[in-house]
Amino acid sequence: MAVKMFRQCPDSGLFFHKSAESLMKAHAVLGVVYLLIGGIFGLLVAATRMPTIHLLDAETFYLALSIHGTAILIFWVIFFEMAVLYFAASTLLRCRPATPGIGWIGFILMVLGSLLVMVAFLRGNSSVMFTSYVPMPAEPIFYLGLILFAVGALIGCFIFLGTLVIAKQEKTYDGSIPLVTFGALTAAIIAIFTIASGAIILIPTLLWSVGLISHIDPLVYRTIWWALGHSSQQINVSAHVSIWYAIAAIVFGAKPMSEKVSRTAFLLYILFLQLASAHHLLADPGIGSGWKVFNTSYAMYLAVLASMIHGLTVPGCIEVAQRKKGFNNGLFEWLQKAPWGNPVFSGMFISLIVFGFIGGITGVVMGTEQINLIIHNTIFVPGHFHATVAVGTTLAFMAISYFLIPVLFRRELIWPAACKWQPYIFGAGMLLLILFLLGAGTLGVPRRHWDVNFSDAALQFQFAGTAITMLGIAGLGGILASVGGAMFCLIAVGSLVFGKRLDPGASLLSSFGFPMADSSYTVERPTKLGLAPIEQTGAGGVEAKGTFVLALVFLATFVVYFFINAKYLSSIWPMS
Amino acid sequence: MSIMPPAQKIWWKEPIHGIEIMWIIIALIWCLILFLWMPYWHVYGKQNLSNESYKTSPELFEAKATKMAKAHTVRTESKSNIPVVHPPVGSDVYLLGRMWQWWPILELEKNKTYRLHISSVDWQHGFSLQPTNINLQILPGYEMVVTITPDQAGEFAIVCNEYCGVGHHTMLGKIYVK
Amino acid sequence: MQRNNNQNTDQREEPVPGMQQLLDNPFLLLLLGVLFPTVLYTVWGIIEVISIPTVTQ
Repeated sequence: MAVKMFRQCPDSGLFFHKSAESLMKAHAVLGVVYLLIGGIFGLLVAATRMPTIHLLDAETFYLALSIHGTAILIFWVIFFEMAVLYFAASTLLRCRPATPGIGWIGFILMVLGSLLVMVAFLRGNSSVMFTSYVPMPAEPIFYLGLILFAVGALIGCFIFLGTLVIAKQEKTYDGSIPLVTFGALTAAIIAIFTIASGAIILIPTLLWSVGLISHIDPLVYRTIWWALGHSSQQINVSAHVSIWYAIAAIVFGAKPMSEKVSRTAFLLYILFLQLASAHHLLADPGIGSGWKVFNTSYAMYLAVLASMIHGLTVPGCIEVAQRKKGFNNGLFEWLQKAPWGNPVFSGMFISLIVFGFIGGITGVVMGTEQINLIIHNTIFVPGHFHATVAVGTTLAFMAISYFLIPVLFRRELIWPAACKWQPYIFGAGMLLLILFLLGAGTLGVPRRHWDVNFSDAALQFQFAGTAITMLGIAGLGGILASVGGAMFCLIAVGSLVFGKRLDPGASLLSSFGFPMADSSYTVERPTKLGLAPIEQTGAGGVEAKGTFVLALVFLATFVVYFFINAKYLSSIWPMS
Repeated sequence: MSIMPPAQKIWWKEPIHGIEIMWIIIALIWCLILFLWMPYWHVYGKQNLSNESYKTSPELFEAKATKMAKAHTVRTESKSNIPVVHPPVGSDVYLLGRMWQWWPILELEKNKTYRLHISSVDWQHGFSLQPTNINLQILPGYEMVVTITPDQAGEFAIVCNEYCGVGHHTMLGKIYVK
Repeated sequence: MQRNNNQNTDQREEPVPGMQQLLDNPFLLLLLGVLFPTVLYTVWGIIEVISIPTVTQ
C-alpha cells in the first residue's frame, strides 16, 4: 500500500517529506536553543569587557566566554546547518531522505554530545575556551561530548550524500542539482573534512585527559585542531552563501547569473577554503614560511576569488531580476525598491554586506603572514569573526528562518513589527561591536582577557585611553545586538507556540520535531522537478551595472585597508 | 532560479555575463598581488617572523634563562624582586613565560640587535609587546628565536594574549629600551 | 571518439563537458575536498612540525 509521505506547501510550492521535515525542525529548534544560550553568555561577556560595568568575576568570565564561543561557533551553527542539509537535499530535490532512522541517531548523538560539553563547562573545571589548547586540561566529558557531537553531525552529512544518490536513482529531478543544493554539498564536504580532523585530534586528547596518553604535542594539536576550528567556520560560509542564493531565488525569483561561474566558485571553496586554517598558526614557532604563505593564502587566494565572485553574483542576480521587473532607472533603483521591510531580504542583504566588506576584508588582511604579527590574538580577531559568523552566518540563518517558520513549521510569524526591525537592530548592534573591537584590536588590546587595566598585576601597563573607550562602545554594541538576538529567539519560539496555524495539522508538538497530522500529508510522490524556465533575455541583455559599481567600491576599500595595515606593520620593531 | 536545476541540461557551455568576466579578471589580479606581497615582504620588508625554532623542554629552557639572568642582572623590581637583566648587545636573550609572568625583565639598547629566545614552561601563552604591537604564540616545548632590533626607546609591556588560566589577566612582563 | 560525428546529435545526447561531469559528481568532489586540505594543510603541516630540530645544549 502506498503511503502518502509528502505535503506540498501551498504558499511556496515546496514539497516536504514527513521524516525529513521532522528532522529539519528538530535540528533547527535545537540550533535556536543554543543560539539563545550562547547569546545570553555573550551578553555577559560583553558586559564584562565593558570597563565601566565589568560585570563578572574572572573565573565566571572565562567560563561564560567558553560557553559563548562553543555554543555559537559549534552548536548553533552546526545544528542549523544539519537542517539546511535536509532542506537542500530532501525538500529542494523532492526526495525522501536516506535512512531517516539513522538521522535520528545522529540527532540524539549531537544533543547528547552538546549536553555533555555544557555540563563540563558548568561544572567549572573546563573553562578552556572554544579552542581547548593543550596542555590546559578540560574534564574528559568535554572531549567526549565534542566527539559524540561530531559523530552525529557526520551522520547527517552522509545522509545528505545518500539522499543525493536516492534522488538521482529515483529521478526525482531533471538535469543537475540546483545551485543551492550544490552549495549545501560544498558545506557537507567541508564538514566531513572538519569532523575527520576533529576526530584525529580529539580522540587522543580524550585519552590524554583520562591518563592513557602522557603527552599531546601543543603544536601538533594546534595544527590539526584548527583544521577543525577554522574549517567548521568554512562550513558556515558555504552554508550561508547557499542561503543567500536561496533567498535571492525565493524573494526575487532570481536565477544565477551563470551556473558555471557560481558552481566553479563553490569548487574553489571545496578545494582551497579549508587551507585557511593556517591563519591561526602564522605567529607559531617553527612552521616554515612556505607552508604558511601557501596555506594562509588558500593557494594564491583562490578561495578569496571565489568569495569575491559570490559577492558579485548574489547581488548581481537580484539586480538582474529587479531590472526585469522594471526597476531599471539609474544604477541603484533595483536596490532602493527592494523589500527592505521583509526580514528575509533585509537580513540576507545585511549579512552579505557586513560579511563581505568587514568580515572578508579583515580576514584576508589579518591572514597575511606578516601583517598577522600586529593582529594575532588581539581583540581584532573577535571583531573579524563577529562580522563573519555573527552577521554573515547567523543573520543569514535568521533571515531564512523568517521564511521557514511559515513554510516548514506552518505557523504564521507573530509580532510583524518586531520581525521587520529585528535584522536592523541585530545588525546595527553587531556593526558597532565589530568596528570598535577592530579598532581596539588595532591598538593592541588582547582577546580573552578579563581586565585590560591589569589592576591586580605585579607590574603595570596602561593601554591608550582610546582603546578603553572603544571597548566600552563595543560593549554597548554587544548589548544592542543581544536585544536583536533576543527578539529573534522570542519571535521564533513565540511563532512556533502561539503563531496562527497555517495548516490544521500543525500541532504544538509538530513545531518541535514531531510530524504534523497524517491528514497534512497528501502526496505520495511529488511530480518530477523540472529544469528552471529559460529566461527570455540571454546574458548581455540585462546587465548588473549597479552591482559592478558596488563591487568596485568594495575592491577600493580592500586595497586601501590592506596597504594601511602594511604601513602599520612597517612601523613596528624590525625583526627577522 | 537557484533552487531549481539549471535551465539548460548542458549549462557549462552557457555564455557568461560580461561583468562577471571583468570582475573575475580584476579580482584575480588583486588576489595575485595579495599573494605576491608576502614573498615580496620576506625580501624587502623588515618585519618577518623567523622560522628558527627548536624543540626543547621546560627544564632545559628554564636553566638557560636562569643562567642568563644570573650573569647579567643589574637590579630587581617590584615586590617580588623580579630581576632586570641587561644582556650584552647581540647576545642570546631568554624570555620565559609561565603562569602568570614573563620572566625576567629585560633591558635592551636601542637600535641594537638581539637573538630573543622565547618559550613557555607550562601552558600556552601569547607574547604581545605593547604599545609597539608585536604578537607571537608561545608554546611549551618549543623555543622560538626572533632576531629583534628595538628601534624605539622607552618602557614596553609584554601582555599575555593567550588565555592561560584564571590569573591570565595579571600576566605582564617588561622590556626597557635605552 | 572522433568517429561519432555522423551520429544524430540531438541536444540531449550532446556529450557533457568534463567540468560539468566533475561538478555533477558529489563523490568525486568529496574525494578532492578531503584530499586537497589533507595533503596541503595537514600532512605538509605535520611534516613541518616533525622536522623542527631539537635544541642543542
